Amino acid sequence: MTESTQTATLDAAQRDFYHDLLRQMLLIRVFEEQAGAAYAQGKIGGFCHLYIGQEAVAVGAIATLAEQDTIIAAYREHGHALARGTSARSVMAELYGKLGGCSKGKGGSMHLFDASTNFLGGHGIVGSHIPLAAGTAFAARYRETDAVTVCFFGEAAVNIGAFHETLNMAALWKLPVVFICENNRYGMGTAMERASAVWNVYERACSYDMDEELVDGMDVLAVHNVVTRAVARARERGEPTLIEARTYRYMGHSMADPIHGHYRTKEELEEQKERDPIEGLRSQLVDADLLDEDGFATIRAAVEKEVQDALTFAEQDADPPPEDLYTSVYSD
Amino acid sequence: MGVITYRDALNQALRDEMERDPDVFLMGEEVGVYQGAYKVSRGLLEAFGDRRVVDTPIAELGFAGVGVGAAMAGLRPIIEFMTWNFALLAIDQVVNSAAKMYYMSGGQVPVPVVFRGPGGSALQLAAQHSQAFESWYAHIPGLKVVAPATPYDAKGLLKSSIRNNNPVVFIEGEMLYNTKGEVPEGEYTVPLGKADIKREGTDVTVVCHSKTVSVALKAAERLAEEMDVSTEVVDLRTIRPLDVDTITQSITKTNRCVIVEEGWPFCGVGAQVVDDVQRLAFDHLDAPLIRVTGADVPMPYNKHLERAAKPNPDKVIAAVRQVAYLD
Amino acid sequence: MITKVVMEALSPTMEEGRVITWHKHEGDAVSAGDIIAEVETDKAVMELQARGDGVLRKVVAGEGTTVEVGKLVAIIADADEDISGVAADGKPPSDVPTPAAATPAVPAPPTPEPAATTSRVKASPLARRMAQERNLDLQSIAGSGPGGRIVKRDLEGARPAAARAVAAGGYEDVPLNQMRKTIAKRLSQSIGPVPHFFLTTEVDMERAAEAREDLNTLGEQRISFNDIILRVIASALMRHRACNAWWMDDRIRYFGEVHMGMAVAVEDGLITPVIRNAHMKTLREIAVESRAMAERARERKLTPEEYTGATFSVSNLGMFGIDEFTAVINPPEAGIIAVGAVTEKAVMRDGELEVRRRMRLTMSCDHRVIDGATGAQFLQTVRTMLENPLAIVW
Repeated sequence: MTESTQTATLDAAQRDFYHDLLRQMLLIRVFEEQAGAAYAQGKIGGFCHLYIGQEAVAVGAIATLAEQDTIIAAYREHGHALARGTSARSVMAELYGKLGGCSKGKGGSMHLFDASTNFLGGHGIVGSHIPLAAGTAFAARYRETDAVTVCFFGEAAVNIGAFHETLNMAALWKLPVVFICENNRYGMGTAMERASAVWNVYERACSYDMDEELVDGMDVLAVHNVVTRAVARARERGEPTLIEARTYRYMGHSMADPIHGHYRTKEELEEQKERDPIEGLRSQLVDADLLDEDGFATIRAAVEKEVQDALTFAEQDADPPPEDLYTSVYSD
Repeated sequence: MGVITYRDALNQALRDEMERDPDVFLMGEEVGVYQGAYKVSRGLLEAFGDRRVVDTPIAELGFAGVGVGAAMAGLRPIIEFMTWNFALLAIDQVVNSAAKMYYMSGGQVPVPVVFRGPGGSALQLAAQHSQAFESWYAHIPGLKVVAPATPYDAKGLLKSSIRNNNPVVFIEGEMLYNTKGEVPEGEYTVPLGKADIKREGTDVTVVCHSKTVSVALKAAERLAEEMDVSTEVVDLRTIRPLDVDTITQSITKTNRCVIVEEGWPFCGVGAQVVDDVQRLAFDHLDAPLIRVTGADVPMPYNKHLERAAKPNPDKVIAAVRQVAYLD
Repeated sequence: MITKVVMEALSPTMEEGRVITWHKHEGDAVSAGDIIAEVETDKAVMELQARGDGVLRKVVAGEGTTVEVGKLVAIIADADEDISGVAADGKPPSDVPTPAAATPAVPAPPTPEPAATTSRVKASPLARRMAQERNLDLQSIAGSGPGGRIVKRDLEGARPAAARAVAAGGYEDVPLNQMRKTIAKRLSQSIGPVPHFFLTTEVDMERAAEAREDLNTLGEQRISFNDIILRVIASALMRHRACNAWWMDDRIRYFGEVHMGMAVAVEDGLITPVIRNAHMKTLREIAVESRAMAERARERKLTPEEYTGATFSVSNLGMFGIDEFTAVINPPEAGIIAVGAVTEKAVMRDGELEVRRRMRLTMSCDHRVIDGATGAQFLQTVRTMLENPLAIVW
C-alpha cells in the first residue's frame, strides 16, 4: 500500500514545518529553473541533471535527519544539497565551477560535497555510491554512534551489482542506513518496465530480509512519514530499509537530453505534472487554512531572491587559481 | 631482531596498527574465522574480535565500497582482497571512488583506506590468477601504490600505508609470503615513496620491485661472480609516488639501466621509469634502457610455458650484458 | 669564389714538391699574394703564394706531403661557399713512395663504412657529454657499440682533440675496424705473428755532427749521436702518433707520451731499458739517463719497471761499424728503428761532389698498426729533424 497523505488531516501546530517544506521545495524548483537557464547560456558546463518534479523526495526525507546523519546521493543531487542546508550560493557557484563552490569548483554539478553537513557527494557512476553509504553506516555502528546514513539513487541503479552487494551486507551486518530509491520511471531514456524483470523496486528488499516501504514520491509529507520510520529503525535498531518513492522528473535526463523525446509522451509528462509536489502541498495547506495567497507569494518571493543572490554570487565569484589544479590530489 | 616470514611481518604490522589505533579495522573474504586465505590475518579475530576483523561475503565491489565509505567517515579500513585478480571487480571503487574523493570534494573528504592482498603469479594458476596490476593502479592520481619485496619492508611499508591519509594500493607478492628475513620487533616504519638500494654496484642499475627483487639479486650475484659485472639493485618499494631521485642517482653512477617487472610490457611500470630516466638522466645514459617483463600473453598453465613467461635471472643477465655492451 | 691552390712549378726542373710548413691554416683569411706555405723543391725551399682572396678552407696536402706539380694542395674560397665539388676531386696526393716489399697485398675491406665526415656520429648521450666536457672530437673516435655507437668505454682514456697530436700523458685505445682486422689477419698469416716490413732512409748527419761537436765543447756532458737520435725520434713520435702504439689483439693503444726503449747489448744477450717520457726530456737529460741505464743494464741492476713499458724502441749498432741492419720488433710495440754507423761518404750536393757524414736508419714496422706511408712519413720527419738539429728545440 503506497503511503500517501493527500486525504489526511494536517496538524495546525505543524504550520511552520509545512511552510518550511514548501519553501525548500520552491527553493529547489526555482534554483533548478535558473540553473537550467544559466546552462542554456553556457555559464554552467558539463552534465547538469535537474531535479524539477522530484523535490518532495529530498525535502521530505532530509527533513527527518539529525545533524550527525550522513547523506550520500547520486548525480541529480542539487536538491539534496539544498535541502540539507548547503547554501544556494555555494551550490550555484559549484555549478559555475567557481572557487566559492561547495567543492571549490573541482566537482561540478555531479560532485557536490559539504563535509560540514555530512553531505558526502555527489557521485557520478550509477550505483557506485550505494556501497559508500553502507560504509559510512558501518563507521557509525563501529563507533557506536546513533548516526544514520541516507542514500539516494534512481530506479535504474537497482539492477547494478553494487546495489545488491550493498543491501545484502547492510542487512547481514545490520547497518543504520536508509536506501531511498527515487523511482522517476526512466533510467535516462529507458523505462523501468524495459529494464527490470521486477517492476516494484521495494520488493527487492525481500531478497535481503530487509524492511521495505513504498511511498508517493510527489507527497512530501508522506515521504517524511515513511523516512521518519525508516530512520528510527536504523537509529534505534540498526536495521536498514529500502524505500521506493514514486516520483517523476519533468526535465530531460540532463540538460543535454530532450524533455520527452521518443521514450515518453508529452501527454504523460502533462499528466504527471498534475501530481506536482509543490502544488500538492500548497493546495493541502490552503484547503486546511494553513496558507493563503499572500503567504505563498511571500515564500516564493523570498526563494526567488535567494536564488537571484546565488546567481549573482556565482557570476561574480572567482575561478579557482591555476595552482589549484594540483592541490587536493593527495591528503597530507 | 627476529627472522620471520613476509606473511608474519604483515601480520605484525596489522596487529601493531590495530593496537595503536582503534579506528583501524580489517575487512575482507576469509580474514576472520578462516584466519586469512593466505594466513596473513592469522590470530587477529581472536585478538580484536569480529567488530574489527570483519568477514565479508564474496562481493569485492561492495566491501571495497564499504571500506571507502568508512574511510570517508573517518575510520582507517584495511580492505583485504583475497588476490588482486578478484579486485578487478572492485576497481570502480578504487578508481572512481577512493582515488577521486579528496579531489572532487575540493579537499574536504580524504579517504585513508588500504587495499591489500597478493598480486603477481604464483605457480601454475593460469591466466586469471596470475596477474601483476601495479601499473594499472599506479596510473591513477590519488592512489599510492606499494609493492614490498622483503619481510622488513612489508612490515614497515604496511604500517606507513595504514597511517597514510590517502587510499593505498598495497600489492603483496603471493610467492613472497613464505620468504624469510630479519624484522625488528620494535616500532619502525618504512616511508612511502622511497626506493631502496638492495645491492650496491657500479656498472649497471637494475630497477625492480616485489618478487623481481630476488630475481635481480640472483642475477647480480652471478654477474659479479661469473662476469665481473657490478650490478646495483634498486628496489622501488613504492611504485607511486615513484622515487625518481634514487633511480637517476644510481644511473648517474652506472650509466646503464635494466628494469625488471612481472607485469606486462605495455604501459608497464618500467615504461614510466624509462620515461623519467630519459628525461632526467639523458646525458648520463651510455645505452638504451632495456626492460625485462612478463611475456605479453595471458599466463599459460603449462609449467614450462609459465616459466618462459616470467622474468628470471637469465633474462636479467642477458639484458645487463646488452646494456653493458658485453655481447 | 673558389681558388684551387696547386703545387706550382717553382723551379725549371721541378716535377714535384713537398709541403714543409703551412703558414696559413684552415679557417684563416688569405689575400692574393700572401705566403701560405713553404714547399721544398728539388733545389730549395720556396714559398707558395695565394692566387686568390678568401678563406683557406681546406688543406689537402698536409705538411711533409709530396705533391706532383699541378695537383691540388689546398682550397681557398669564401667562408660559406660550397667546396664539396672541389674537395671531392682533391683527393690527398700520394705520399712518399713506400717500399714495394713492405706493402703486401691486402684485400679491400668487405664493406667500407660510408665517409665518416658526412654521416652523423652515433654516440650515447653519456659519450656526447663526456666528449663535450673533455673537448674530444667524436668524429675521430671509433665506436665499439652496436652499429658503431660511441659509448663510454670508447672515451675512457681519450684526450682532448686539440692536444691529441702532442698530448702528454695517457693513451687511447682504438678498437680495430674491419680493415685493420683484415690487414692484421692476412699479414700474420703471411709473415708470422708480427708482420714486419722495413723502411730505410739515409740521413745527412753533417749538421748533427757539427751540433754535437759544439755541444761537447761545453764539456758538461758528452752527447752521443745516439742521444741525438733518441731525442729526435721521441719528438717525431709525438708528431706521428700512429707509430707510437701497441698492438693489443682486439685494439690498438695509441700513446700520448713516448717511453723510449733503448736496446743495449749485454754480455750474454740484449736488454732494452726504457727512458720514460723521452719526449719531455732535454738532450742532456737523455744523455745522462741513457748512459746510466746502459751501465745499469750491463751490471744487471735494472728493475723490471726500468725495462718494460716502452712505446717504441731504438737499436744502434753503429758503434760496431754496421752500416745498415734490420731490428726485430719487441711486441706489443709497433716499431723499432735500427741505427747504422755515421760514416763519411761522397755525395752529390748542388751538383758538387762532397764528402758528408751520413747514416742509415731502418725502421721495422708492425704492419697491423703501421702502414707503409705512415711509417715513411714518420721516418721522413726523423730525417728532416736530424738534418736540421735545431728542430729538437721545437
